[in-house]
Amino acid sequence: MLGISDLFRQEIRVINLGVEAFALTLERLGVPVIHVAWSPPAGGDPRKAALLAALTEDEEE
Amino acid sequence: MSIKTANQAALERLVQARPMLVDCLPAEKAMGLTGRTVLHAGPPLSWEHGCPAMQAAVLCAMRYEGWAADDATALDFVLQGKVRLGPCHHMGAVGPMTGIITPSMPVFVVENRARGNRAYVTINEGLGKVLRFGANDDSVVERLRWLAREVGPVLGAVIRAGGGIDLRALMAQALRMGDEMHQRNVAASCLLARTLMGHLARASIDSQAVARVADFIASNDQFFLNIAMAAGKASTDPCLGIQNSTMVVTMARNGTDFGIRVAGLGDRWFTAPVEMPKGLYFPGFGPEDANPDMGDSAIVETMGLGAFAMAASPAVARFVGAGGMQEAIRATEEMAEICLGEHPHFRIPSLDERGTPVGIDIRKVVETGITPLINTGIAGKKPGVGQIGAGVARASLACFEQALEAFSARSR
Amino acid sequence: MLQVNAETVRTLVKKSAYHDSVTLLVLARQLRSGDGITLAAALMATPANKELLAQSGLLTPEAAAAGVNDLVIVIQADSATAAEVALSQAEAFFTAKQERLQGAGRPMPRTLESARRHLPDANLVVISVPGTFAASEARKALSLGLHVMLFSDNVALEDEVALKQLAVKKGLLLMGPDCGTAIMNGVPLGYANAVPRGRVGLVAASGTGLQQVTCLLAARGEGVSQAIGVGGRDMTERVGGLMTLQALDALGADPATELIIVIGKPPAPVVREHVEARLRAIGKPCVMALLGRDVAVRQEGLLATVATLEDACEATIAALRGAAWTSRPFNAPPGEIHRRVQAVRQTLAPEQRAVRALYAGGTLAHEAALILEPLLGPVATNLMPGSTGRHSVLDLGADEFTVGRAHPMLDPTLRVEAIRQAGLEPDVAVLLLDVVLGHGAGPDPAGDLVPAIEAAQAEARARGRDLTVVASVIGTAGDPQGLEPQVARLEAAGAWVLPSNAQAARAAACIAGGEPVMRSLLGPGEA
Repeated sequence: MLGISDLFRQEIRVINLGVEAFALTLERLGVPVIHVAWSPPAGGDPRKAALLAALTEDEEE
Repeated sequence: MSIKTANQAALERLVQARPMLVDCLPAEKAMGLTGRTVLHAGPPLSWEHGCPAMQAAVLCAMRYEGWAADDATALDFVLQGKVRLGPCHHMGAVGPMTGIITPSMPVFVVENRARGNRAYVTINEGLGKVLRFGANDDSVVERLRWLAREVGPVLGAVIRAGGGIDLRALMAQALRMGDEMHQRNVAASCLLARTLMGHLARASIDSQAVARVADFIASNDQFFLNIAMAAGKASTDPCLGIQNSTMVVTMARNGTDFGIRVAGLGDRWFTAPVEMPKGLYFPGFGPEDANPDMGDSAIVETMGLGAFAMAASPAVARFVGAGGMQEAIRATEEMAEICLGEHPHFRIPSLDERGTPVGIDIRKVVETGITPLINTGIAGKKPGVGQIGAGVARASLACFEQALEAFSARSR
Repeated sequence: MLQVNAETVRTLVKKSAYHDSVTLLVLARQLRSGDGITLAAALMATPANKELLAQSGLLTPEAAAAGVNDLVIVIQADSATAAEVALSQAEAFFTAKQERLQGAGRPMPRTLESARRHLPDANLVVISVPGTFAASEARKALSLGLHVMLFSDNVALEDEVALKQLAVKKGLLLMGPDCGTAIMNGVPLGYANAVPRGRVGLVAASGTGLQQVTCLLAARGEGVSQAIGVGGRDMTERVGGLMTLQALDALGADPATELIIVIGKPPAPVVREHVEARLRAIGKPCVMALLGRDVAVRQEGLLATVATLEDACEATIAALRGAAWTSRPFNAPPGEIHRRVQAVRQTLAPEQRAVRALYAGGTLAHEAALILEPLLGPVATNLMPGSTGRHSVLDLGADEFTVGRAHPMLDPTLRVEAIRQAGLEPDVAVLLLDVVLGHGAGPDPAGDLVPAIEAAQAEARARGRDLTVVASVIGTAGDPQGLEPQVARLEAAGAWVLPSNAQAARAAACIAGGEPVMRSLLGPGEA
């Protein structure tokens, strides 16, 4: 809960994954935003994507 | 140890390496390379899979050593298993293009002061008809003998007299002068020459020999390439064996296969067919003349230089056909997508002193499909033609996919 | 499967070229509008999309051979020239896009982690990637300590629960899945309207519901402190209101928030208990707008429960200004409503008895159906599979209509077709529409529908009938499209525009149902 209250006091700064139009809208409004040129992990191969996900989870802060 | 912690440790070990050029000695003495052994670039290679340039280079080296009077005899020995073939990498060494090392060849000795390990590499022969491009005639053998007889001992004496040269500092400076240490080493070669000059002048060596060595170094813009490679080898070797790390410590090609090794996966090679380089050709040559990508020089990219530092070297971007300043920056930024961090010592002035991307993460390669970019010379596929162009090559994605599978299957 | 003339079908495959769904649908629409073009598709070559192509007779050999990371453009035209023109248009589209991105010196990170290098103090990740991948991206974002707005739908329920548990553990927001609207610190996210900053905090399980309430508040001079989306399933038993409760705690502790509105369908009983208990504990006035059958409207201490989005606004205004309020059916005086309805009914043919409602906003459709049914009898709606009735409410943003097609808020094509159809149907008395403005909507949502409205009315007139169009416009003066001009555009086309969706639904019910309906809404004796 504290984290959400913190967010209320910060400037919203966005990382946008997916539909580029959302990032463009925020840019026009002067909101700091960076658009990720996202593409399906491992070229869309679900098995490899699952392997990757398993190896990333290891790193939770 | 979590993957994250292991990677942090591996990256730290890589970027805090302190490679020092400390000597030049015959391979037999420096590396303990004995018997009828021929080392080659890239992952393990069986004779019949070697490309013509590689095979020609092996046979020539055997004649140079005097193990065979002619190619036919040499070939015979190889086929009868009377000669040991193996990767330079397995003996702490690296070699450009065919990367051939045999016992009597003089090798630079680079010591990593941070960890105490050593790496070795031959003296760059220069341009044109040279062993590293698979040239095989008497002029090649003559030059190799001269390197062993004169250049090696002179350089060894001079380097020892100087007490060792800090290669990390030298390369950091060369980077700021437009070198990336793979396709462009002219600034680094000049800095090295400047460092050696005084010692060369004061050495009690026949002045004609000194002159010949000085001319030899001065005539070769790529003289420093081999030393940069050994610096990379010395920096990356200690990272092998860091459990749970997904950082790449070796990228190498033997003209047939591309091979990688990963910190957390020991000395296992992950290989796949090598790709063809794409780039610009010297007059009279075209893609149909090109050899598949070859050499241990991808170690330069593995330590965060070469194509990874292209933003510092727009001249190279043009040379390898990548484009101009924008494309050079994009190349570096693309490599940053697959790396664990930025190099604290190799910094790019044109990117506001940002460190070069370093520490390739196999997970990021597979996730994004972005394979490491390598600035490479393009060799003629006919033995001995030499360099016919320069371009970029990509590491083979399959190597990283295989490594990822192996990593997932590993016992912790 | 359609027969195609092989000479006039052309394919363009761009290998390893991923583009987001909206970009591709915009491109496809552009290509379709070209001269001589019969069909155009621009899709990533996933198995599902190849199936779509096959259904339209567009699965050419090149398309079939393409991989999931390859972009496929297939054109069917009445001449080879027309097809070639379309393909070069497509190439130009991508070149222009690339140049725009690169020319601006814009960084183009490929992953969440590398994006962070460019924007190290980012605090919110907006995720609208295909549902299969959305959960793992959301997990990555949360594990990096970032709040998440999860726009994507088709995220598995188990993933939603796990993600929200992780978010709660780390004190982070996970808005969604299927969260289309939010307003954080005055920044509109997704499909949201330009509303002033103010003292009302909202927690919503619905995008267009949030839009309706915030727009009505803005019209009354009240602004929004925070508007947090929690996704449509949050208040079900399985998810247990995880994010709703988090959001309520944060709004409760927020000094800028004086009143809290919760918007959604009636929660599972145990969740409702927790939510109400939390609201009571917070001690600020609260309004719960629950859109469902038989919602008991009541006031208990500081907590008001209402059954329409409009009443959420009214109850809020009343609470903030210390006034009492009662729900009323229309803003306009009953006499005025009566007169207008009577005038319309005089033009109806005897067989015109039905309301045909065509909606872009799902919650707005739901609200309309809930209002129409008690007044008119059974309503057939795709919101309740298996429902039947003379009247119909269609949510054109539902899954079955948005396969291979953009949401109706972006692409009005389907709705336009349906409106034209309504003109041909003899039993339709009144067409009921929502027009949603704001960021994310197109530049002229009203204008998109007007030609179809006029065409439908002309069709009806040609058959001796008058077709009435009733609409509401969800928007504000500050929206890029402007509320007033959009209302004016519809009125100029002869539409009756009401100030809210609820009033529009009631007006439509009056037109279709006549005196009995008006009596139940307005009371007896109005003339």
